[in-house]
Amino acid sequence: MALTNIDVLPASLAKGKAREAPRRLRRAEISRRTATRALIALILVVEIYPLFWLVSSSLKSETAFVTQPLWDLPTSLDFNNYSTAWSTAQLGTDALNSITVTLSSVVAILVLGSCAAFALGVMVWRGRAWALLFIVGGLMVPAQLILLPLFEIYFKIGVNDTLLPMVITYIGEGLPLTVFLMATYFRSVPQELFEACVLDGGGAFRCFFSVGLPLVRNGMFTVGMLMFFSVFNDLLVALTFNTKPSLSTVQVGLLNFDGQYGQVAYGPLLAAISIVILAMLVLYLALNKQIMRGISAGAVKG
Amino acid sequence: MRQVFSSRRVIIALLGPALLVYIGVIVVPVGWSFAYSLFTGSPASGFSFVGLKNFRELFDDPTIRQTLWVTVKYALTMSIGQIVFGYLLALLYLFVLRRSSTFIRTLVFFPVVLPTVAVALLFGQLFAISPQLGPVDSVLHIFGSAPIDWFATGSHAFIVIVIMDLWRSIGLFAVILYVGLLDIPNEVIESARVDGASGAGLVGRIIIPMSRPILMASIIFALNADLKVFDSILALNDGGPGTATTPLNLYMYQTSFLYNNWGYGAAIALLITLLCLAVTLLVFRSLRRDLTKG
Repeated sequence: MALTNIDVLPASLAKGKAREAPRRLRRAEISRRTATRALIALILVVEIYPLFWLVSSSLKSETAFVTQPLWDLPTSLDFNNYSTAWSTAQLGTDALNSITVTLSSVVAILVLGSCAAFALGVMVWRGRAWALLFIVGGLMVPAQLILLPLFEIYFKIGVNDTLLPMVITYIGEGLPLTVFLMATYFRSVPQELFEACVLDGGGAFRCFFSVGLPLVRNGMFTVGMLMFFSVFNDLLVALTFNTKPSLSTVQVGLLNFDGQYGQVAYGPLLAAISIVILAMLVLYLALNKQIMRGISAGAVKG
Repeated sequence: MRQVFSSRRVIIALLGPALLVYIGVIVVPVGWSFAYSLFTGSPASGFSFVGLKNFRELFDDPTIRQTLWVTVKYALTMSIGQIVFGYLLALLYLFVLRRSSTFIRTLVFFPVVLPTVAVALLFGQLFAISPQLGPVDSVLHIFGSAPIDWFATGSHAFIVIVIMDLWRSIGLFAVILYVGLLDIPNEVIESARVDGASGAGLVGRIIIPMSRPILMASIIFALNADLKVFDSILALNDGGPGTATTPLNLYMYQTSFLYNNWGYGAAIALLITLLCLAVTLLVFRSLRRDLTKG
């Protein structure tokens, strides 16, 4: 839309209608601006209103929520829903589980993944292309295909009553993409730097730790963020290995919250969703520049 | 140099642990799943060998046909929606908002990082009709429409699912496509403008053909993710009413863990894998043909 104003100008000048052009331009400009503003307003409403409605409803008491018109803002801030949600839904335990599982999986994925990626991207050996393909092939495997055997394996080795099944599964699922991306990053490091490291008397491990890793730090951070959000937001694995309530993650807790009471308690439910969404908002605002940069880098490579 | 970087000991030490975990968590279970699919039962009730009966059942079971159709319908609707709206947003960012697009981009992207369960529960309330009319039905009410019970029929529930998942994922596709558009050299766009192209003509003749690679990549990415739909539908309405909006993945989960039929569950999982592989290969092939032609 805005494109047109650039070529309207020279074309009309060339025809010698220089005096008419500004007025026509102005009117077109105004209607264009109005259209743009309407579009932006629409986007703002679609994106923000659901979240605004959520938070404002969560601050209403149960009776106010049911009887008052929907558009009314809460007359007084009622934080009862929040304390109810926090205590009955054991959101605290759930959050602790989620954080424990997510952080330990992500750290393990990054450590194992970048070591393997260095071996596949920088080390020189016969068959490394096949080894890389073998691991990247894991991207094709849907989680459904591995859940049942894993369930039996975890039961047999006796870890099914802990958080370990989730952590181990997330590590296995995260490795293919991590190894693939990290190997690409390692390959983009100029070969001369590794050669210089060897000339200085370094072994392969030293070159990995003191030359390779620092140079792919940004890429590693991006992969880490990608893994963080996909593990934290996962439901399928968390639900499958959730053998008792004390092992619930935030996602599983929210899901069960819905049906925990004979009658759904709307206020606490909305409050629980609000807590989770507000926490993610804080995290998102802190990280959003890196997230955007990470996606740009990934998209350009893909 | 050569020797340092081909030391077998170092390679084993670096690659070994990751390879072990990968084989243990992915490769072995995949083979194991094939074995399950030849049995019926579960670890609790014991297994008995049934040969290819589970696979024959895949063809006879009407629920398979129905849930497969839900999966395909969902994946097609969603990927078309994600690409079309994502591309329109990307064009909006690049050509209309230009430098000031950062705020809108950040805002539209936010739902992408939200847990699916939270979003699904929120949308369940937005489209609710009790205990009070939810926001959506209230707006419809203003326009004189009778309240719609969104979760009472499969076709209405499907609409809610698509709206919800578009809201949740559109920001990601908009940013991916926007970055792709940024890669188009400015000179190309400028010279097209000098030649008199503008507005829709510029987009249709120059921008879309130039962003074909990123469009193709996005389609593969979208289809693959959409074929695996599970959490959002489970949390929104559990595939209801009945199995009217149940995708294959949810059916597999219910078969295995609700009805304790692991053998049949594994057979369904294999069907899902096959479906993802087939779609990826299909898109890849058409992509290659495209490249050789152009």
